[in-house]
Amino acid sequence: MQTLFRKNIVDKQNIMDCVSTGGNVKVLAKAIHSLSRVGEELYLEPVEEGLALRSVNSSRSAFACFLLSPLFFQRYQAPSDQSFRCKMPIKSVQAVFKSLASLDRSVEKCRIQLNSEKSRLTITLHCKHGLLKTHNLSYQDCESLQAVFDKGSCANVLQAQPRLMVDTVLHFPPSLEEVNLSVSSDRVWLRNHVEDDADSSRAMMTELCLSSEEFDHFAVGSQTSVTFCLKELRGLLVFAESSGLPVSMYFDEPGSPVILSVTDNVLEANFVLATLSEDSHPKNHVNSKRPDTEQPPDDFMSDDMDSFLIAMETSELPGLSHVPTSPPRPTNNYRKHSFSEEEEEEEEEALAEGPPNKKFCSLLFGSVLPTPSQLPNQTMQSQEVLASDSEDENQTETS
Amino acid sequence: MPSSQCIHSGWRWRTVSYEFGWLTAVGLIRVFVCLIPQADIFQEYIIKEDAVGFQVNLTVLLDCLTIFGGSTVPGVCTALRMCYNGYGYPLTLFLEEGGVVTVCKINTQEPEEPIDFDFCSTNVTNKVILQSDSLKEAFSELDMTSEVLQITMSPSHPYFRLSTFGNSGNAHYDYPKDSDMMELFQCTKIQTNRYKMSLLKPSTKALALSCKVSVRTDSRGFLSLQYLVRNDDGQICFVEYYCCPDEEVEEE
Repeated sequence: MQTLFRKNIVDKQNIMDCVSTGGNVKVLAKAIHSLSRVGEELYLEPVEEGLALRSVNSSRSAFACFLLSPLFFQRYQAPSDQSFRCKMPIKSVQAVFKSLASLDRSVEKCRIQLNSEKSRLTITLHCKHGLLKTHNLSYQDCESLQAVFDKGSCANVLQAQPRLMVDTVLHFPPSLEEVNLSVSSDRVWLRNHVEDDADSSRAMMTELCLSSEEFDHFAVGSQTSVTFCLKELRGLLVFAESSGLPVSMYFDEPGSPVILSVTDNVLEANFVLATLSEDSHPKNHVNSKRPDTEQPPDDFMSDDMDSFLIAMETSELPGLSHVPTSPPRPTNNYRKHSFSEEEEEEEEEALAEGPPNKKFCSLLFGSVLPTPSQLPNQTMQSQEVLASDSEDENQTETS
Repeated sequence: MPSSQCIHSGWRWRTVSYEFGWLTAVGLIRVFVCLIPQADIFQEYIIKEDAVGFQVNLTVLLDCLTIFGGSTVPGVCTALRMCYNGYGYPLTLFLEEGGVVTVCKINTQEPEEPIDFDFCSTNVTNKVILQSDSLKEAFSELDMTSEVLQITMSPSHPYFRLSTFGNSGNAHYDYPKDSDMMELFQCTKIQTNRYKMSLLKPSTKALALSCKVSVRTDSRGFLSLQYLVRNDDGQICFVEYYCCPDEEVEEE
């Protein structure tokens, strides 16, 4: 009797309650596994449109998001004011879904709940033989993690079965970091990216050529070549292969992010990866903030800025219009590439390193956004002398 | 010899007592393990005194038993003969595989008084017998950042619960009394005890080999785990673990 009574009270106080059953439990687990290839933290946000699971890598050059619609779940209850978002170490969540291979055989139901009283997220797995596994995970509150991207504006769109991409990527060594994708009107080349200053006589070059016929969809607006990180692509392929869903690639010119997407009627996964800018010579990936000498010292003065302003205006993200965002930004050092995130702690960290995006963000939005208060911690604080003298009226000394 | 797989190399001394065919190992005072191959596991079992007891270094014994490699290759059998001539004599092992014979002589020592955890069936408060498969999965998933494993046994919900308290939060594994993995459920009162994870972790080796496990706690909270191991010939072997509780925990 007492147990029953307590249960009713708990139900009333559930901020969030999502139940997935059957094969979808494994899909959920695979999505988390896939996100773990991108970043170390899982950002969870239940919204009206579904449960958003996101991750970003430490250098902010890759962002991934899985949106599981309410239809994915047997039961879906999101907080009514859409105010809840949290993050937690992704390893903690992965630990809940161990034994991935046998998950669909052993787990019948998975329930993710948040009770307003505790600061724990509860994931309950109802397994065979009556076994019940309950995990109460601690989390941190956070701001929303978002990247601005617009698939519709990309000139080039390819779609292929995951098997094709997996088989292609298989030819590259696991240690390979960057891969170059080039397209012409009827062909696609995938090559390992070798740094210009590497000793070409000792480097192994691998090149694969695929005909447009191998793709389910092949729309190349203009011949182009983009270079991006392979690790996160592999992360998406892990999921795509198990789901059997085709993978779509959206990309433009070098410097614009490449977007890898897997969708069906109940979920949508987007991996947004930064690409190297066109005439960059990647001499120094880690600390270089200086673009190539041919270009003006600050990237944002280049033509790309217009396309990003357009990207900003045209893209819409659910429920987050109040969050000022910055578009994923190409820099020659794309490892310093950043996505908007207004978490205070991370801003402080990032500012200490002086990431260019924060810098350009303030410069870009300094003129676009009317009130500095929208970016409370950002606007007046980035002061590194990366930019030239042209936009100095808002800058203060580096603190 | 199947029993060699059950011996955990973390224990330092092994006392052999052939009277009941018990081989025991004691580690760290807090856990007590014994392996009980039944006499019929041996093709020949000759003992000339009422009780024979001595002590050998477990690591050395393990090394000798696995001198041919230790992993089981199908179709290949290792034969073992153990001889002991009495006080002062070494334990002699004859191992043969594929025509190659190895003789090992291990120095013996006076047996230490076996630590008596004083766990007897009359003091047992709660007892369950589970099929090992379900426990194997649970143990393989246990949060190792938790220092303790908490075991709750109760005549009412949650019946049989394993809990961990790790860096990312806590986790509970609940086995209902009517689960088809539960072969026996005899719980008289609710008890929650914590045991050091480091002490229980070695038991997973025995769990991996077993098909059933009996979990018992007595009025002091001492834990008894008995694993039933069946070898290839269908012969039965028991491995027992005894562990004292980390601290008294009040009922939830």
